[in-house]
Amino acid sequence: MTHNSMGFDPVMPPLDVARNSLGLQNVIQFEHVGVQRGGRVLWSDVQLTVGRGEFIAILGPNGAGKSTLLKAILGLLPLSEGRLNVLGKPVRRGNPAVGYLPQRRTFGTDVHVQGRELVRLGLEGTRWGVPLPVLRRLWGGGRLAREERRRVQQAIEMVGATAYANRPIGTLSGGEQQRLLIAQALVTRPRILLLDEPLDSLDLYNQQAVSALIRHISQEYQITVLLVAHDVNPLLPYLDRVLYIGRGQIAIGTPESVINSETLSHLYDSPIDVLRTQDGRLIVVGQPESVTYHPHLNHRGH
Amino acid sequence: MPTSDVQFSWNLVFDVQQLFTYHFMQNAFLAGMLIALIAGSVGYFMVLRSQSFAGHTMAQVGFAGASGALLFGGSPVVGLLVSCIAAALGIGLLGGRSSQTSWVHGIAIGTIQTFSMGLGILFLQLSHSYTENVYAILFGAVLGISDQDVQLVVLTTFVTLAGLIVIARPLLFASIDPDVADARGVPVRLLDYAFLILLAFAVAQSVQVVGVLLIFGLLVTPSAIAQQVTCRPGIAVGLSIFLALFFTWVGLAVAYFTPYPVGFFITGLAFGTYILVRLFRVGRTMFVRRRWFQRQRVFG
Repeated sequence: MTHNSMGFDPVMPPLDVARNSLGLQNVIQFEHVGVQRGGRVLWSDVQLTVGRGEFIAILGPNGAGKSTLLKAILGLLPLSEGRLNVLGKPVRRGNPAVGYLPQRRTFGTDVHVQGRELVRLGLEGTRWGVPLPVLRRLWGGGRLAREERRRVQQAIEMVGATAYANRPIGTLSGGEQQRLLIAQALVTRPRILLLDEPLDSLDLYNQQAVSALIRHISQEYQITVLLVAHDVNPLLPYLDRVLYIGRGQIAIGTPESVINSETLSHLYDSPIDVLRTQDGRLIVVGQPESVTYHPHLNHRGH
Repeated sequence: MPTSDVQFSWNLVFDVQQLFTYHFMQNAFLAGMLIALIAGSVGYFMVLRSQSFAGHTMAQVGFAGASGALLFGGSPVVGLLVSCIAAALGIGLLGGRSSQTSWVHGIAIGTIQTFSMGLGILFLQLSHSYTENVYAILFGAVLGISDQDVQLVVLTTFVTLAGLIVIARPLLFASIDPDVADARGVPVRLLDYAFLILLAFAVAQSVQVVGVLLIFGLLVTPSAIAQQVTCRPGIAVGLSIFLALFFTWVGLAVAYFTPYPVGFFITGLAFGTYILVRLFRVGRTMFVRRRWFQRQRVFG
């Protein structure tokens, strides 16, 4: 592993990219992958290659299997067919090179735990035993502990959460909690970041701010980001590609090439309109709400 | 039992000497210390995981276990421990964490709780030692702890503490953030069970000091206070242990010089400290808010 310099170096030198044995184009590789849940095929025969530092939004109706796609990359689900490689190796659970932010997590006011501790758990929460401070110093572990504190602080600075990192997580706003959770996912210095609807509970301002932050992190540190979203609009200025799931199939490409009437109508096999507002927002009309049934489409296009 | 021939004096050295005169008091202080160590640390995680209900259920099932052991001629402490572990496994099977447990499970557990209390009363009546033992199990009998009990307490303390130290960090991760912990390879479900077993040990120990009914005084209140004071887990566990120890020892000492029960002093100290901390926090919030308003007026 040559790559591990996610520290505070400026933009990663291009040399490092060339030296990387994995190359640019196969950080995540789906080969004819299919997943079933409860006997139902969610999607099948998915062919997909995701490159280094790419920022991809996963879109599609409820129940299409967006979160399932992330869980497959995390190794939390058995594949019903095909092969899935993450960083050149078959997928496995608990890979520290994959950072994860699950869906809709907010902490209640009764969680009296510091934000910084939450970030630290991303690093130390998988280790058994507790180091005793005195013994650690004897064995020369003090340096390691300092190094880890520095990494936690770096992750907090990366998401701009220094001002409130020492406050109880339950007293923070949704946007502040979300930033600390991203820091937690970043603290292992992952090469892949999987975010499940991180913008969902945020107001418009924070949706844009967090989107920009994710783009910055993905470019600056060459981290591949897959982000499940309901609304693509706050993300549009930042995305490399979008991945649409529908009817057990996927469509992937640049936002313009996927989010248009032709591609989506073909994907869903029903008429779908994509409207573009004057300020550049995209509105998808006629998208079926769920793939589990085929609703009577209420086609309101012109 | 506290004897009336001891008198509190202002000579503190003499008082401390008096405290440790009797063997039963030495046992009480030793057992109290070990139990505070466990109750404070396990209690922190119990409060963090909002599993107080589970702890209380174990205590009540433990009542049936202890009285059953008395009836069949066994050691009530062993009966207590065995039934607490059985209750822990049962709660684990029913769904583990109370926050995830449905309302129906709550009712099921509540029904078992009350039935085990009833069963305990039946066992005690059958064993012809009703009043004395009911009192001991419900309100604690730290002053009657035998040498044999102390040995058992030492053993369980060692096992519980070692177990907790081994799982502490993954347990904290799984308690605050189960989804991410699971994705990172932490065995969340296994830790649910492991913690319930540790909690069973802690409950079985605490019952010996404060009894089934006053158990929250040692398991919940110290860690609840600690979580009000600090949001750093390591410090909170330390503070929680310190408070449990402080309440137990001071409670024992005060009860020794007065004719009143230990359980009252331990829970009273816990209650008083909790109220003080809450009042302090409310006061501080109001102070901060007022300063904010004043600043607004100056700059506005």
